[in-house]
Amino acid sequence: MNHPDELQLIAFQDGEMKERQEMDEHLKECAKCRAELERIEAILRAMNALPVPGPGEDYGRRVWQRIAPQLAEKRVHWWQGWFEPRRLAAAGAVAALVIAAFVAGFFLRSNRGEPLDVTNETFVRQRVLWLAVGEHLGRTEMMLMELANAGPNVVAAKQVDISSEQRRAEDLLEENRLYRQTALQEKDPALVSLLDSLDRVLLDVAHSPGRIAPAQLAIIQQRISDQGLLLKIRVIQQDLRKKRGEAPLSPPRNDSTVQERNKA
Amino acid sequence: MRESADSAEIQGIGDDAAIERVLAGDRNAYRVLVERHSHDIYRLAYRMTGNAHDAEEVVQEAFLRAYQKLEKFESRANFRTWVYRIAANYAIDRMRQRRSDEAHRELPGKKVEDGQEFEPLDMAVDTAPTPERLAGSVQLASHMEVALQELTPMERTAVVMRHWEGCAIEEIAAALNSNSSAAKNTVFRAVQKLRRALAPFAEGHVAAKSAGMEP
Repeated sequence: MNHPDELQLIAFQDGEMKERQEMDEHLKECAKCRAELERIEAILRAMNALPVPGPGEDYGRRVWQRIAPQLAEKRVHWWQGWFEPRRLAAAGAVAALVIAAFVAGFFLRSNRGEPLDVTNETFVRQRVLWLAVGEHLGRTEMMLMELANAGPNVVAAKQVDISSEQRRAEDLLEENRLYRQTALQEKDPALVSLLDSLDRVLLDVAHSPGRIAPAQLAIIQQRISDQGLLLKIRVIQQDLRKKRGEAPLSPPRNDSTVQERNKA
Repeated sequence: MRESADSAEIQGIGDDAAIERVLAGDRNAYRVLVERHSHDIYRLAYRMTGNAHDAEEVVQEAFLRAYQKLEKFESRANFRTWVYRIAANYAIDRMRQRRSDEAHRELPGKKVEDGQEFEPLDMAVDTAPTPERLAGSVQLASHMEVALQELTPMERTAVVMRHWEGCAIEEIAAALNSNSSAAKNTVFRAVQKLRRALAPFAEGHVAAKSAGMEP
């Protein structure tokens, strides 16, 4: 092999040379080329030795603080959410309810000897939504009631454990958004409005740490109370029960709901 | 109320899950990605631009652009590599702009044509530092930063990504919007320029190493 030129030596050093074996053999015999290769390696070693001053441990947080105000919310189409893997469980539950409603309706009518009314599709769809949303509102109400009644075990405690509510809020948040999208499609403004209000509170709770200061808890409780969420849930639930042709339930006695009702 | 990235649960989620959340409308999930990758992008940006102010600017712009283009991000790709590419692209533009501004300011008679990179290192070949003038210098690294500044933005990006960040040629090609062969040549050419610019120092360095004075 002839003496390699500078670029060939650089390529060899980089590991990107095809005739590697020939070059190895040449370098064993040629002191001049070995010295040239050593110069190239010295340059790269010196480059690697250049320090990069660290931007500080909290640099990531600072970057976020600077860019966050400039980030617009991503617009999401209502149907996109149903096909996301994390929502498939909730979507599956709703699909199961749809099937159950159809099957139940079919057998009910068969038993009564009524013909299956295929034109009543809208009613069936709405019935499924009422049923599923009723379940969802029941779970949300339960979680919010627990949160509204939560407090430190000891008066002087610096933190309150809401990890259980926080985890449930995360799940409920996913469902809530799905039902809101469906309610929008079904043009049910009262339900959309309630689910909107719930979305904000659920988001706050879901994004809270598992243990929060009593003052933070008080802010959440105040928000639940100010918006009359528990009362609104009960009103919509009663309405849904009426729509489904079921007898209204008498509300459970609870301090927060009583306070909210009085306020309303 | 603290934002989503503060919760232990969301801090622990992977890049893909965070991206999914952002695309589903949870803007705060982007914080996880920013906090996780800011240091790496900063290191790349600092090595490319050579100063903290520009590096911080590059990091912020890279994350802003990544957020805006997030819908185009392919789920099978690596988010860090993707932001690397965005940061490198922006840093190249920024360095070109800076060079152009400086060229106009320092050399008002010199015309910088569109698409032609101003290469002071090429101009400086005849007036390169002689061993005599540099005889007092023994620290190769201390002159490296000056030599790096003389590379074109493309060359500096290529050499930084290859030899500092250990990127594959394909990644560099993507960052430079070129093909693998061209990216490889850019890396080699950059090393060649550094080698020539720092020849007197490297000579001393090699001699010192041969004499057992350096590791």
